[in-house]
Amino acid sequence: MSDQDANDERVQEGNPLEFGRSTRRTFLSRLGTAGLLATAGPVTTAFGQLSVKEQAPSSNSKDTIPVTLRVNGKKHDLRIDPRTTLLDCLREHLHLTGSKKGCDHGQCGACTVHINGRRVNSCLCFAAMHEGEEITTLEGIGQPENLHPVQAAFVACDAYQCGYCTSGQIMSAVALLKEPCGPEDGDVKELMSGNICRCGAYPNIVAAIQSVRQNAKPTR
Amino acid sequence: MKTFALTRATDSAQAIATAAKAKTAQQGAEIRFIGGGTTLIDLMKLNVEQPQTLVDINRLPLDKIEALPDGGLTIGAVARNSDLAYHPLVRKNYAVLSEAILSGASAQLRNMATTGGNLLQRTRCMYFRATDMPCNKREPGTGCAAINGANRTLAILGTSEHCIATNPSDMNVAMAALEATIHVRGTKGERSIPIADFHVLPGNTPHRETVLEPGDLITHVTLPPPAPGSRSLYLKLRDRASYEFALASAAVVVTVANGKVTRARIALGGVGTKPWRSTEAEGELTGQAATEAAFRKAAEAALRGAKPQSENGFKVELAKRCLVHALKLATQNA
Repeated sequence: MSDQDANDERVQEGNPLEFGRSTRRTFLSRLGTAGLLATAGPVTTAFGQLSVKEQAPSSNSKDTIPVTLRVNGKKHDLRIDPRTTLLDCLREHLHLTGSKKGCDHGQCGACTVHINGRRVNSCLCFAAMHEGEEITTLEGIGQPENLHPVQAAFVACDAYQCGYCTSGQIMSAVALLKEPCGPEDGDVKELMSGNICRCGAYPNIVAAIQSVRQNAKPTR
Repeated sequence: MKTFALTRATDSAQAIATAAKAKTAQQGAEIRFIGGGTTLIDLMKLNVEQPQTLVDINRLPLDKIEALPDGGLTIGAVARNSDLAYHPLVRKNYAVLSEAILSGASAQLRNMATTGGNLLQRTRCMYFRATDMPCNKREPGTGCAAINGANRTLAILGTSEHCIATNPSDMNVAMAALEATIHVRGTKGERSIPIADFHVLPGNTPHRETVLEPGDLITHVTLPPPAPGSRSLYLKLRDRASYEFALASAAVVVTVANGKVTRARIALGGVGTKPWRSTEAEGELTGQAATEAAFRKAAEAALRGAKPQSENGFKVELAKRCLVHALKLATQNA
């Protein structure tokens, strides 16, 4: 969730244990990049000098192709390895980390984004195949100060525990509002079955979605 | 994942010419068309498929779903599963197809998966998906680890001593009962293949799953007009209520007049190495009174050739009960 990500950053900013201005996320990204570089050849010891942006995976131009993506209304000119999934492209190249990687095989739904308004598993899309399409991520549907009604309902209904699946749940739920879906809880459960929640927050997720569909004030 | 060259097809002829350079259109093809990618990208991540070239066919004008002059339906190869399942003509005339598609995968996957891709959906046999295990389908000659292995979900019909992998598609089962025709364009022109002849039994070549040759592009699928007075239905039994592959499923299209079954089309899923049309069950049922006893006889006929494996003997009775129940539901108040 975007507001949760923002919280991560805020918490980390005041942490005396951090490296320079690193957040937990950039710290981990650098560790990952350093690991890659260590196995790839030149080892950079000046840890703080590594730029995540410059060291995006597979930046070797021999292996990359130019791709222009439209994400959340913004155009991005990129060079990416053709193997890059839309999920990895969003997270690693565009730093839109609202979309989560769970199973990476289209089984858990944590990576759900919208392409041309329809929900898809971004882990099973090659980014380069989606030029010219309108890609929407969690960051594009609401912000902490201006939540989408589904996001607000998830907060009001306590529709999560650990929060890892929440981004995908919300993206699925937002798309569901425009899909043919019966009125019952069972209809919602069926159409949300592609989003797994290992904490088992399902009853509250269904309640949140139903509260938006019924345009009613969430009951808890 | 092995790297590949990604090309976007701007017309069918170009796509076909590119793919025709491959040595095979079956397992291990070095050139592959890519539609929704829901099977192919998954298998590429597992290194089960390692194509050197992908031809993106999503921008080809093959996404139409339209009524045919004869009352049938034509479905473009890249029409998405969700568009097909929710299409008003499909819901009205081919309920079994709509129900089958909506019983499979998730809403996200159905938004991605294409009609042509679903016809080519690969088995979920865990040994096929694990490159460190023997599998004749993935690597001919290495053996079948599923026989005497974890085979609870695998096939009991159409198996061979070389392969017992189940065809996992729900859509294909409905297409089989609806007697769909697959239209293919290749280097030698166009041809039409009845779905019954499209998938092949594993025999001693389990790596070969369809009659497709290099360069063959599925362009569309046609359905005959709905049989007058017929009712159709898809019933799927599985370990979870949703988002799970079938242990057994039944697609039925039946016409009942004056209490008698005058026409029946029956296909089973989750139990066969290919979408399992049962002309035996159809023959047993046609002309009989629409009673549970007759349905049971039909089910016995459908499963007569079943060969259960070490862990899936339960499927024989499950599939029979599935078919009986589907027929009961489809003929209620008829």
